[in-house]
Order: sequence, then structure tokens, then C-alpha cells
Amino acid sequence: MITFILRRLLLAIPTLLFISLMIFLIVDLAPGSPASQIPLTVPPEVKAKILEQMGVNDPMPVRYALWLRQFFIVEPAYWIDSLFGTTLSEGQQRIVSWQFRGPVMDVILERIPQTLMVVGSAYLVGVLIALPIGIYSAYRQYSAFDQVGSFVAMLGFSVPTFFTGVLISYIFAIKLGWFPTVYDTTLKVTDWESFVKQLRQMAMPVMVLALANAATISRFMRSSMLENMTQDYVRTARAKGLSERTVVLKHVLRNSLISVVTVIAIGIPSIFGGAIVTENIFKVNGIGSALINAINVSDLPMVQTIVFIFAILVVLFNLIADVLYGLLDPRIRYD
Amino acid sequence: MKLRTALLGATAAFALAPAAQAERGTDGELKLLYSQAVSVMTPYLSGGTKDIDAASLVLEPLAGFDENGVVFPRLAAEIPTLENGGVAADLTSITWKLAPGLLWSDGTAVTSADVLFTHEYCTHPEGGCAQLSKFGGIKTIEAVDDLTVKITFESPKANPYTAFVGATSPVLQKAQFANCLGAAAATCTDANFNPIGTGPFVVTDFKVNDVVSLAANPNYRDPAKPAFATVTLKGGGDSESAARAVMETGEIDYAWNTQINPELQEEMAAAGKGVFISAFGGLVERIETNLTNPAADLPEAERSTVKHPHPFLSDVKVRKALSIAIDRQALVDIGYGQAGKPTCNYVPAPADFASDNTECLTQNLDGAKALLDEAGWTDSDGDGIRDKDGVKLSITYQTTVNPIRQDFQALVKGWWNEIGVEVELKQIDPGVFFGGDAASPDTYQKFYADVEMYANEWDGTDPETYLGQLTCEAIPSPETQWQGENINRFCDPAYDALVAELRTTGDRAKRAEIIKKLNDMLTKDSSTIIALVHRGRFSAISNTLGGVVMGAWDAELSRASDWYRIK
Repeated sequence: MITFILRRLLLAIPTLLFISLMIFLIVDLAPGSPASQIPLTVPPEVKAKILEQMGVNDPMPVRYALWLRQFFIVEPAYWIDSLFGTTLSEGQQRIVSWQFRGPVMDVILERIPQTLMVVGSAYLVGVLIALPIGIYSAYRQYSAFDQVGSFVAMLGFSVPTFFTGVLISYIFAIKLGWFPTVYDTTLKVTDWESFVKQLRQMAMPVMVLALANAATISRFMRSSMLENMTQDYVRTARAKGLSERTVVLKHVLRNSLISVVTVIAIGIPSIFGGAIVTENIFKVNGIGSALINAINVSDLPMVQTIVFIFAILVVLFNLIADVLYGLLDPRIRYD
Repeated sequence: MKLRTALLGATAAFALAPAAQAERGTDGELKLLYSQAVSVMTPYLSGGTKDIDAASLVLEPLAGFDENGVVFPRLAAEIPTLENGGVAADLTSITWKLAPGLLWSDGTAVTSADVLFTHEYCTHPEGGCAQLSKFGGIKTIEAVDDLTVKITFESPKANPYTAFVGATSPVLQKAQFANCLGAAAATCTDANFNPIGTGPFVVTDFKVNDVVSLAANPNYRDPAKPAFATVTLKGGGDSESAARAVMETGEIDYAWNTQINPELQEEMAAAGKGVFISAFGGLVERIETNLTNPAADLPEAERSTVKHPHPFLSDVKVRKALSIAIDRQALVDIGYGQAGKPTCNYVPAPADFASDNTECLTQNLDGAKALLDEAGWTDSDGDGIRDKDGVKLSITYQTTVNPIRQDFQALVKGWWNEIGVEVELKQIDPGVFFGGDAASPDTYQKFYADVEMYANEWDGTDPETYLGQLTCEAIPSPETQWQGENINRFCDPAYDALVAELRTTGDRAKRAEIIKKLNDMLTKDSSTIIALVHRGRFSAISNTLGGVVMGAWDAELSRASDWYRIK
């Protein structure tokens, strides 16, 4: 197992380097320029100077090398400095956004809490809803419950969040006035009152995202359960005279969860990726809205850094899913 | 900070209670919503309106523009003029006097050294100052004494109210920005996000592209202001949801740039929780005609250059026909509602600079057809498209991807088809269109199309530089890497001479006369620029917010010190 993990980690290095180059090329070659964000009232010579100062005009390999250096050397050095009070990163330029001229990493760190809070709880709620629905749907296949469950899952799959988001906000915020439409990122939960406030402002985005998440996971759970229900060991268990409860919740569920757990693990990076559409509708301003905003204004360092962090997380959680699979299923051995 | 501010505010107000009716910090929280979030709190590192507006809550210039475009003192004791001797008789210098006793929000005194430093900061050769043009034409700037600054210009300057006038060139604190000169400007993150200012509020927390929290400035010069104790400036979403948050749910006091379609405007206004307010500056949505030939079969370096005049748009009658075939009121009704007015002018405001050019406001399809007939453009082969000498009146009409502009394109295409002109529509991503990349064929400067539509305006109240963009020397070409603002490739020596005259004319009435003449040369006389809609600023305010005077000549929030809660 250890050698497997080590081998996979080593293999991840060239993979990530290749991914970073691809991201850089795609972002850089895409049409659009940060110059378009400078108003027309600014004369061309001043505009040229601003771009020059940003470093937009440097040749592409130079900018890529600089970014690599900043991401892998300067940024870690900076964090070591702030932890241990050393001066490794002194005088070195961190990754700086073209749009707001501040360090990109600071903004990402500032954005992570609200994204984790909203998108993370939506994922959790989604999983908590999906598992029982998936289990019961499979156990009573083709029952009314299963049909309704399938219908709702189809809705969750096929109705985009830009529609459910606006619909939910229209019903609950504008018509009923229960929840605020503007998410307050400065709110600190210190007492019962602020906790309720936080719950109220999270309610709508969590609803929208949980529906979409629950739809996917409940379908996985259902099909995985169905697959196991017809297995020989289930018949044996029933023949032994075990109660239905033990058969379903102990024998079938445990075996069905193996594949579902990996699906859930692989889905975790998407929490960090945020939810571009939903975050924008409810003004949560997490990572997702930071990314789309950076894309809109051609803020290359920001886009590059955020997308690359996603890439790292995806590679990492794929590895974790593989390892989990090996741990949960004794039939699978990597050595 | 909040408590301290509130206490200081309360004490200050208490001490002056008999004199002042209002008190500082008694009206609670002011909630602002910008559909584009604030990126940085200084106008010098960003040209974005949202950033200039946000910074105007904290940083102040020597003087500002009121809603009529008139200069009024902010940090200055009075406005220097020819009459009071502040402006030299030969227009080569201006002397500003700071109001005595001014304090920065940290309690230190504002002096002429800060003003001098701000000039040095923005004009530093290694810097990328977005407002550099505000400081153009300055030969020297010197401190006469602690409170007096004398600016000497390289040549007589008819409009000396550029540097330190308006929210785009506020005074920075020297002590805070001293190490942020030139290339270091962008690394001063703390200063750029939390500048120390003289304005009514101070930043207490800054979350990039998300939310800015501010509190009343304890050292603000008017002890009774601001009425609000704190301000929250939230960013994100879109104009429609921003408008709803004021007009329908009432969560927000002021939403910026709520440009939504007229139908929605009425629907939301009916909810009764707020009102839309607008103000009109210089912003004009227009169709620019290309006077040079953009044909794709020309060699790359000669397309859309002065070497090849346009086959039919170089004919003034064709341009005029295109202009009068448009129903501008219909465009306003479908796209802008209260936020726009039909116009024929390139310079539509201030009132005394606007020409009385209204001929184009009535749509005249028959007149347009007659003009084309007269110019010899007839449909000789019966295909519904006019032609002459084998050239068809076939137009490529480009603009940016934008729902209102696409509606405009469709309507205009209909009218032009009716007078026998074939129209092909093209939409370009705004990031490319305005991106200025010399290698891209789709930038507005390159203009590889017959006509294109966008909006433009000028900074401040005086359109001198804006009109100067249409001189022969500003024509973009491959030699200039396609830089240049004369998009139409308009070149008229008489126009250039008049622009030169404008630069040396100080008298406002005379300037107005010249500006109107220049405007007419571009619009009425030659139809080079087909103005469509005079666009205004358009924001939503809650019924409980008082004291808001919407102006179009300075930042929208620059007078938030006067705002209060209606109880």
C-alpha cells in the first residue's frame, strides 16, 4: 500500500506540471485582454503603461516560468515565513492579480471559508438526503416512493442551478420574504441570534446545491444497492433467518457503500471549486465567483492559480478514493 | 473601532449640539450594493467606476464637481479663478489653498506636501497610474507654504481644473504611500486596500471583490457628518438582482447601475419600496461609420487605413440617410427607459456645451430614400439592395455581445433594409473588442467592419480631449500598432484648427461656441458619428435614504457625507 501511494504521488508530479502548462496555454491563448477593463477615457499611452507595469507584455515562456517559481517557491516560502518568522521570501514577488494588484493567495484563503460553509454543507446535506432515499428506493424498487424519488432526482439532474436558484430566490425571498437575497460574508457567528442569521442566509444556496448533489448520489446509491440485492449472499442471509433490517442495513448496505464512498470522495474537490452560478446568484462571493470574475476580466494569474489548485485537489482526491477503495474492499489489493 | 467612532461622533456632535441639527453616526448602517465588486480602494490603480466610487468615500480631491458640473471646493478653501487671482491671467498656472485645520483620519494634519506627493506618485515613470492623464501638461508643482500649492502648466491651459479635481484624482497621504512609488505601487496592498483619507468614512475591513466595511471618520471636517455610523459596500450579482434588493425586498439602501429593461423598471417601481434615480453626463451610445475601406480582399496592412476611402460610406449623403432612417425614441423605449434619452449629439452635456442639433430625432425613411436616390444609389438589378457602379450598399455592422446592443442591431437592421441597404450583423466578445490586441482582427480600433456601435464619454466636464480624439493625427493604423482614438479615420484640417483654437480659449462662452461647432461637424454636417442614445447613470435608492443628489460628473458616492436616514 505504501509503495502504491508513493508511486502514485511521484507520478502526480509530471501530471500536475503538464496540467499547469495546459491551463496556462489555454488561459493565455484565449481571446480577451485585461486592457478591455481599462475605460475608454484612459488615453492609449497611459493604457500601454499600465499593461507594461502589470507584466502583461512579457513573452509567454517568461511568464510561465515566473508563475511556476512563484507558485512552487515563493508562496510556500511566504507561508513558512509567516509561520516561523523566517525571511525566506523577503523581496520576492508573490503571485499578484492583474485586477486588484494584491496577492492572489490571500484572496483564495479569504474566499475558502464561505465556499466550504455553503457548498460544503450543501454537499453534506445532499449526501444525507441521498443515502436513505437511494437505499429505500432500491429496497422497494418500482414502488410509488421509488417513482417519486426518481422523478425528483431527474429534476435535480436536468434543471440547471441558474433556474432553480432564481426560482427559489423569487419564492422565498421576494414573495415570502423569509430569507435575505444578499449573503453577508462579514457575519461572524458568536451567539444564537447570529447563528440563526447565518442559517437563514445559507438556506437558499444550500437548498439549490443540495438538490443537485442529492440527485446524483441517490442514483448511485440506488443502483449500487440494486446490484447487491440480487447477490447470492443476500439469499443466504435471508435463508439463515436474519431479519430484513439486518440483511438490508448490514449486509447489502455495507457492500453497496464501497462504490458510493469513492464517488463521494471524488466529488469533494468540487466543494473547493465552489459553485460559480449559485454563488453569483446569492452573492456568496466564494471561490466560484472569484474564478468567474477573474475569467471575465482576463486576470490570468488569478485564473491560473485557482484552476491549478483544483487540479491538485482532483489528483489528490482520486488517489484518496483509490486508497479508500482498497481499505474498504478486502478483495482489492494494490501490492 | 465602531464603538470608538460612535463615541467620538457622539461627543463631537454633543459639543456642537446647539449649532448642528444632525449628528454624526446616529443613523446606523448604510447598505450599498454594487453588481461589480470593489477590487481596490484607490482610483490610481484602477480605472473601474466601481473602484473610483468606493474610493470616493474615503479619499477626497481638492475640489469636486456638483450635479451641474460646477466645480466646488472639498479640501480647498475656495476655487481658484481668474477673478480671485488663483488662476494666472495668462492661464499658465493655478494656485490652490487648502482649507486650514484639515486632518487625515489618523489625526495628522493635511499639508501641501501630501498634494505634491500625490502628483509624484501618479507621474512616476515606472508606475502604471490609471489617472496619469489628469496630471498631463504640468510643468512644475510646488509648495508655496504648508497650505498652498502652485501648479504651473507647460502651455496656457484653458481648463485648469484637471489635477486634483474630481474623484479620479484625490489627495493621498504622503506618510502612508511614501514607500509605494513606481513599481512598488502594486505591492503596497495594505495602503491600497485601506487608504488613510479625509473623506466621511474610513475602511474597517476590506475583502477583495466582495465587501468593504467602513465607519464614520472621527476626524471628518464637518462635525455633524456623516449621519451614518457604518457603511457596508457589498459587491456581486447582476443589475437586476441589485435593483430587486432595493425595490422589492428592501434589504439594501442604494444599488448602483441598475440598468434593466424598461418593462422591469416599471414593475419594480410599482413595488413602492424605492425609486430609480438617473443623471446624464457625456455617455453616448453611437454608431461609428468607417470612412476607410475594410474590405477583406485588401492587403492586411491597408485594410481600414486612409489609403483606401470607403466605397460608399465616404459619401456624406449615404451616411446621412443611414442616420435619419433610425427611430431613436424606439431604441430608448426598448433598451433604456428612464436611463436614456434620444440624441443626435456627440457632446450632449453639460447644457451650455450641447448643440441644439435635433434634426435626426424624427425618423424619416422617405427622406433617407430620397437622399440615396439623389446620390445615385438605386436598385438597378431589382434584388432589393441599392447599388451604383457595381458596388452594393451592403454593410457589416459590429458591436459587443450585450442584450441591449443586440436588440438595437436587429431594429436598425430592419430600418436600413427598408431603405434598400443590406446589413450583416456581427457580435464580438467585449474582452476582445475593447482589448486593443494589435494581432486580433476584432478590436474596435482596427474596425474591420463598415459601422460599429458602442458607447463612450469623457472624464470630468470639459470635452476638450474627447473632441481632440477626432483629429487627423489620432487615426489608428498599422504604423501605430492600431493605437489611436480616431475610430472613424475622420480627417478635416478645419476641424483640427478649431480643436487647436479650443485648447487656448479660456472664456467659457467662447469654448461652448467652439465645442458646439466641432460637435456639429461630426454629427449634423457630416453624419460621421451617428449618435443614438444619451445614456445616464441609473441607480436605485430606498425610500428611507435621504439627501442623495445624483450627479453624472463625479463619483456617485462622492457626496455620501450628506446622506441620512429618513425616519
